Amino acid sequence: MSQLLEVSGVTVSFDGFRAINNLTFSIGPAELRAIIGPNGAGKSTFMDIVTGKTKPNAGTVTFGEKSTSLLKLSEAKIARAGVGRKFQRPTVFEDQTVTENLTLALKAARSPWRVLAWRSKPADHTRIAELAQQVGLSDHLPRKAGELSHGQKQWLEIAMLLAQEPRLLLVDEPAAGMTLAEREKTTELLVDIAKTRAVVVVEHDMEFVRRLNCRVTVLHEGSVLAEGSLDHVTKNKDVIDVYLGRG
Amino acid sequence: MTRSFLTRTPSLLIFITCLAIFTIFVTLAAHTGLISTSFVKTLGKTLCLCLAALAMDLIWGYAGILSLGHMAFFALGGYMIGMWLMYARTEEIVVASLMNSGLPATPEEIQQGIASQIFGVVGASDLPTIWSFAHSLPLQLILVVALPGLLALIFGWLAFRSRVTGVYLSILTQAMTLALALYLFQNDSGLRGNNGLSGLQNLPGLDAVSQDSISLWFFWASAAALGLAYLTLSWIVSGKFGSVIRAIRDDEARVRFLGYSVEGYKLFVFTLTAVIVALAGALYYPQAGIINPAELAPIASIYLAVWVAIGGRGRLYGAVIGAAVVSLLSSWFTGGRAPSIPLGFMTINWVDWWQVLLGAAFVCVTLFAPKGIGGLFDHFAGLHSPDRKGAPLGPDQGSLQEKEAIE
Repeated sequence: MSQLLEVSGVTVSFDGFRAINNLTFSIGPAELRAIIGPNGAGKSTFMDIVTGKTKPNAGTVTFGEKSTSLLKLSEAKIARAGVGRKFQRPTVFEDQTVTENLTLALKAARSPWRVLAWRSKPADHTRIAELAQQVGLSDHLPRKAGELSHGQKQWLEIAMLLAQEPRLLLVDEPAAGMTLAEREKTTELLVDIAKTRAVVVVEHDMEFVRRLNCRVTVLHEGSVLAEGSLDHVTKNKDVIDVYLGRG
Repeated sequence: MTRSFLTRTPSLLIFITCLAIFTIFVTLAAHTGLISTSFVKTLGKTLCLCLAALAMDLIWGYAGILSLGHMAFFALGGYMIGMWLMYARTEEIVVASLMNSGLPATPEEIQQGIASQIFGVVGASDLPTIWSFAHSLPLQLILVVALPGLLALIFGWLAFRSRVTGVYLSILTQAMTLALALYLFQNDSGLRGNNGLSGLQNLPGLDAVSQDSISLWFFWASAAALGLAYLTLSWIVSGKFGSVIRAIRDDEARVRFLGYSVEGYKLFVFTLTAVIVALAGALYYPQAGIINPAELAPIASIYLAVWVAIGGRGRLYGAVIGAAVVSLLSSWFTGGRAPSIPLGFMTINWVDWWQVLLGAAFVCVTLFAPKGIGGLFDHFAGLHSPDRKGAPLGPDQGSLQEKEAIE
């Protein structure tokens, strides 16, 4: 099976410090993957590279069947190509309603002239209602996003990502600051989403990763230390050393 | 969800009605001699300033780009229409005086006469290249829109492409308007240096029409332009486009990851507002009668921002109210009609102290009423935003978020 995203030999240095060192990583079209690693392992930098925020010094990043290189595209073009990103802190547009937030994210033409001429169609309302239903925000559509609780904002952001209809979702610490019940719901949501598209979850919390029950990639000092099931990687001696600080 | 455009923007009908009533009232008052011609001109000019403030609100209040150079586009619009007015008016005078000389004048002689009439004051007698289109009203009207639009497009493209934002962009726009002003101050800039263009209140071919009527025509045109712009901008900001630019104001990186080209939108709004402001300028200067490079001084654009801040950012009627109130008060205070206040040891002369009052008002609005005068309408309508001292709503279900949010 061909891979959806392939990152190979990527290196990034910030003022001589190698944040990512010869990193190679790939993910299939419908796969759930967790990335774990201690602070400074390069998890966020990895996401920045794939979404176009940071340009690597060396290496290639290709996406899709045609193996399009993402390195020459702007952030907006990468997003339109089908890469969605969820930030650690929930970033929804607090001054706008849940409906408006979802409308912004809906897959549609993105150029200023086309957006100016855009009118909502019944299909758009149905789609927004569906998405709200999926993340449990049906009753909150007319409310301002700023009024939602932290967990609800996280879900709204996930719904916005789904509205973009991306083929690859990068999710940064989705469970941070959530209650136990909210975490369980988020887990179900992510597992469900990964049935139809690729999802990469960056997470600190081992308990949450265990619940995702998926392949795990361990990053350390900018490269892959181990890969496999959670049980497999937690038995790896290198991983134990890194996590217990003996490394 | 399927609310119509009118119900989404309830202020639109109220605004258009108020503007219509105001226009009719001024027209009647001018006909009965209740208000003077010069006051009709002041009101007409105020409407043009309101139009400029409307554009400023779109770019600053909605898109979050604090441009402090938009009055440069205002003045450029004025210069473009002024060139035609001055050329055509001088042509009439030159043709009339050459008639007396017996022989019919050749086009070259007329051209020469116009050039020495207009440029004698800066010691030149040739028409500069930039006056090539000044003989034609349609061409010069196109330039009113095209020149400021093109300048905004090039400047905006360079600035936004390099991701210059916030205070750096504001400084850059100040530099732009200052550079343009300094260039126009030179005698060889081709626009009569610091003399500027004058006599713009005299419309060519309309000597028989009194200034009373002309002032009313311009007043109507300004009111119509303001109404039309308000309608168009309400439509723009109430739709998805408005949603996108407000999102850019609040979190530009997030909008980028949604797939929108943030730079493209900024450039679009920057150029659109430059064009609107240029049109406002083209209506303003024939009423003012004179334009010179001092109109492009950096302070002019800062005033524009102050009007919008005092009126209330992020709501179109706020910008109009701010511009109208502040500029009318300003002309009252600086017109010498406000009584001086003797304090014994010194006298408060409003011509000088008005600036201090305006500055204090700006500081007070920023500190105590960030929503400006427009915020009063929210107050009367019973809308309150919760005072959380800038903190976000609580992190989880245990907090008071529901209660706070309803407040």
